[in-house]
Amino acid sequence: MNPIPPMTSAPLPAMSDAVFALTLALLLICPLAIAGVALINTGLGRSRSAAQAMLGNLALIAVAAIVFALAGATLTGSLPGPSANAGFTFHVAGKSWNWLGAGSFLLRGLGSAAPQSQLALLFEFLAVAMAVTLPWGSEADRWRLAAGCGSAAVLAAIVFPLAAHWIWAGGWLAQLGANFSLGAGFLDVGGAATVHVLGGLSALAVVWIAGPRRGKFPKEGLSTAMPGHNAVYVLFGCLLALVGWLAWNAAGAILWLHAPLAALPGTAINTLLSASGALAATFSVTRFRFGKPDASLCANGWLAGLVASSACAALVTPVESLFVGAVAGIFTPLLVEVLELALSIDDPSGAITVHGAAGLWGLFAAGLFAPQTGQLLAQLVGIAALLGVVLPLVYLLFALLNRVVPFRVDPDGERIGMDLHELGGGAYPEFVIHRDESYR
Amino acid sequence: MKYAGLLVMPAGFFLTLAALVLFPDPALRAAFVLCGLAVEGLGLGVAVRGHMLRRGASRP
Repeated sequence: MNPIPPMTSAPLPAMSDAVFALTLALLLICPLAIAGVALINTGLGRSRSAAQAMLGNLALIAVAAIVFALAGATLTGSLPGPSANAGFTFHVAGKSWNWLGAGSFLLRGLGSAAPQSQLALLFEFLAVAMAVTLPWGSEADRWRLAAGCGSAAVLAAIVFPLAAHWIWAGGWLAQLGANFSLGAGFLDVGGAATVHVLGGLSALAVVWIAGPRRGKFPKEGLSTAMPGHNAVYVLFGCLLALVGWLAWNAAGAILWLHAPLAALPGTAINTLLSASGALAATFSVTRFRFGKPDASLCANGWLAGLVASSACAALVTPVESLFVGAVAGIFTPLLVEVLELALSIDDPSGAITVHGAAGLWGLFAAGLFAPQTGQLLAQLVGIAALLGVVLPLVYLLFALLNRVVPFRVDPDGERIGMDLHELGGGAYPEFVIHRDESYR
Repeated sequence: MKYAGLLVMPAGFFLTLAALVLFPDPALRAAFVLCGLAVEGLGLGVAVRGHMLRRGASRP
């Protein structure tokens, strides 16, 4: 791989019409990744909460898009305002630290903005839509719809814009290469940090605040198994996610790395190899541990491979991509087990592992295999920013939100299911809903 | 205990930032960035431990 030049705040070269059209077409396919994740989240929850889970995904995306348009996009700063202000900057040790964007308010001037700025904004809209749906799956069967929408608003207005500005819109992490000679600065081509690590850490914060499902961790004995209700949703969601991910990583490579079109087939092949390596590894690990491969854990492994590829598919060779995916596939089932059995964390969709941990691994691997000096350190600084700022900030904001809009449904609602409690009707009205033994 | 852990994590982040500003030497800088990450890991460990203690006390 050729070394990538450090990102600077200098104006980018104009984008040709062909590249603009291709990138736009790729971005229009990206929502399939969100659809895949939504199906996986729904399938891994219980049947009596399926409609609420799917409606929740739509509602969270809608809230995030509206709030991001009203406030978040301005703070991200991808769409320059009329004064062409680069954002809020302070100077330490002779270096500028751009920490918050100051873009166009209420998307004014979108039509006349440079094509690249318009595409970057569309990418960010899709990214924030994906990021807010990730914690929703972790709190399946007990998170109220209103609270979920509140969390989407908080993420879209404050947390996502901060991270997206730092990484994609010329913020201090993107400038690490120019300011401190750390490779090309922090690289996150497909949203591993801004989407997946942010979503995974948000899922951890929500799980900590709202707690586990009733009966999940009895006073005596191991945790109660609460398997997902539809393995077909989960596995079909994985296939759908692959299509979206191929487009997402290719579009990210064009937008954030300015990769030539000839590099895109390699990016797509690396994405597929990472997911394949992860699935093969998870399949083997679960086959070895349980005697038979576990469908839901294999789906988690596949998704973890895709998430890891978000960070490095455009930066590594095919063999390295396969290795990155395989490592993600090995640790995913083990970490899911550790979180549930050892750390009492009830995460039905596995978002903390699949999106949080695999995203962090992908970001680290991008630095590990990058050809330029200092790239690994840039990636480590970015990881430190995600862990040291994003997790405490999200926890604080969600804890405050929980005081205003309680996250957790009341015990009766949890007993009858979120569909009946919140929507008044079930997803499968002709099916018999089995009684939950844990409520006897 | 969980809040103490979550407060330690930004401290690790500021250690990482300080490493960038204070140490031009790549080896020293890398060492201090790793120290910052270790502090964050410590904070995360304390927060997880705090969560487990609270869950243990409130199990039905």
